[in-house]
Amino acid sequence: MSTVAPPALRSTAFRQSLVVSGLFVLALLVVNFLFFPPGTVAVVLLSGLYQGMLFFLVAAGMSIVFGLLDVLNLAQGSFFMLGAYAGFAIYAALPEGAPITVRFVTALVGATLFGGLLGAAVEVGLLRPLYSRPIFQIVLTFGLATAINEVVRAIYGPAGLVPITPPAALNTTFTVLGGQFETYRVFIIAVGFMLMVGITLLLQRTRLGIVIRAGVQDREMVEALGINVRRVFTLVFVLGTAVAALGGMTAAPFLGAYPSMGGQFLLTAVIVIVIGGMSSYEGTAIASVLVGLTRATAEQISLQYLNTPVLASVSILVFMVVVLLVRPTGLFGRE
Amino acid sequence: MSAILTIEGIHTFIGQLHILEGVSVEVPANSITVLLGRNGAGKTTTLRSIMGLHPPAQGVIRFRGEVISGKRPYDIAHLGIGFVPDYRAIFRQLTVAENLKIAERRPGDLARKQEFIFSIFPDLRRLYHWPGGQLSGGQQQMLAIARVLVPDNHLLLIDEPSEGLAPVIVEQMMAAIRQLSGQTTVLLVEQNFLVASRLADRYTVIENGQSVHAGLMADLAQDRALITRYLSAA
Repeated sequence: MSTVAPPALRSTAFRQSLVVSGLFVLALLVVNFLFFPPGTVAVVLLSGLYQGMLFFLVAAGMSIVFGLLDVLNLAQGSFFMLGAYAGFAIYAALPEGAPITVRFVTALVGATLFGGLLGAAVEVGLLRPLYSRPIFQIVLTFGLATAINEVVRAIYGPAGLVPITPPAALNTTFTVLGGQFETYRVFIIAVGFMLMVGITLLLQRTRLGIVIRAGVQDREMVEALGINVRRVFTLVFVLGTAVAALGGMTAAPFLGAYPSMGGQFLLTAVIVIVIGGMSSYEGTAIASVLVGLTRATAEQISLQYLNTPVLASVSILVFMVVVLLVRPTGLFGRE
Repeated sequence: MSAILTIEGIHTFIGQLHILEGVSVEVPANSITVLLGRNGAGKTTTLRSIMGLHPPAQGVIRFRGEVISGKRPYDIAHLGIGFVPDYRAIFRQLTVAENLKIAERRPGDLARKQEFIFSIFPDLRRLYHWPGGQLSGGQQQMLAIARVLVPDNHLLLIDEPSEGLAPVIVEQMMAAIRQLSGQTTVLLVEQNFLVASRLADRYTVIENGQSVHAGLMADLAQDRALITRYLSAA
């Protein structure tokens, strides 16, 4: 019997969207080189990547949870913000004399665990009683976001905390093609990229990943095959909040910690998820990079010509509107 | 012959609709029982009630002596019941291998059953790494049945296996189901009376959400009056 190569796992529409995404990046590159000298282009690209990775860390969990159970976790930005604050608290609690690397890594790990534990409490205590009412759950996460914001504001004040010092090795700058760039931003890109690859492997190579991918299509059938989808959902929710909190702490030495960072990152994460196509994890991963690059390019252009970064936020909204006009389901969403 | 599954007077609602208004079915072990009846009579809902996807509001379902009505679908599955829905529910983004892998209840189930599955559905060997969404209707039906063969199931609930398939594929499917009935029990929903009569040992007729008649398939096949009364259109 002759073996025929199996057809591609991905639909034609998926591959088309992949090509379109690639062309879009190319177009951004052209725009960059038209406007800026090579050194600035390099900085804009790295800056876009670092922003995109932070958006990804917030959006990844939201996207998978939404695909599985139609719940958009609007508190995810708050987990990001709490991760930053938890990291600060842990960093500050460790003795001044301890090596900065130890304090920094402990803060990273601690913030991640904190985000996961809090996510577990929220899922089991608040979301679980509202199963079969996704709309109620979404409203609940919105209320939770407001409550978390106010609590943080009450404890730490509205002003925010001064960024903590990362390990010396990350606390430097380097030069690419004449452009100055902070090493720490490369660290953020590395963390985001590692998680992007890690989550992709989890989804593609493990049994849990098979269950998640199947659950996105037909949750009921997954249950009928003997899988407790609720337990899978708890696990995915917890992983999502842990990753968001890790993202917040990763951003903290660069951005600091302030109450409104949750709302800012939530808004961008929602835009990323909509552009990528609701419930498509790959779409979210790709869209987060596209949105980061778009935002960084627009930011640089408006800084140069208008002396304000005003176009940064506008650009991604325009991006979203254009994508939705052309493909109402988002880049990688299914009809 | 003792019954492996007993349904006693179940009532099932879907939303506000009272779909089943008293269905009782006995399924003897190691046999093929078919649910007959017109479209919309409640056959599919009966299977979904057994599976816990539409839990009955009244009445009792017993499987191997244990009351299963009220349990969650995944608990019911773990007792050894496999479900093949009428829409087949193949995971389109997953390969054939992954569609089978997800049905494992214990690690190694698939490795243990792989050759057995290929012996019943040889096509699946060739299609093993194909995405489920690229299979033809007949191939998806094979995969849907293969999926419930991965774990050790005592009872298979198969909804409309011949629906929309070419006659030659229907023949293959029937041969496969007959082969399975030697080692497990099958509760079938089948609109095609010819297929049903050739496969099943026993039948239960469901009409307007109630079980109205049951007996041996061999007797029903002789009884034109009964067939006309319960099954012919109009």
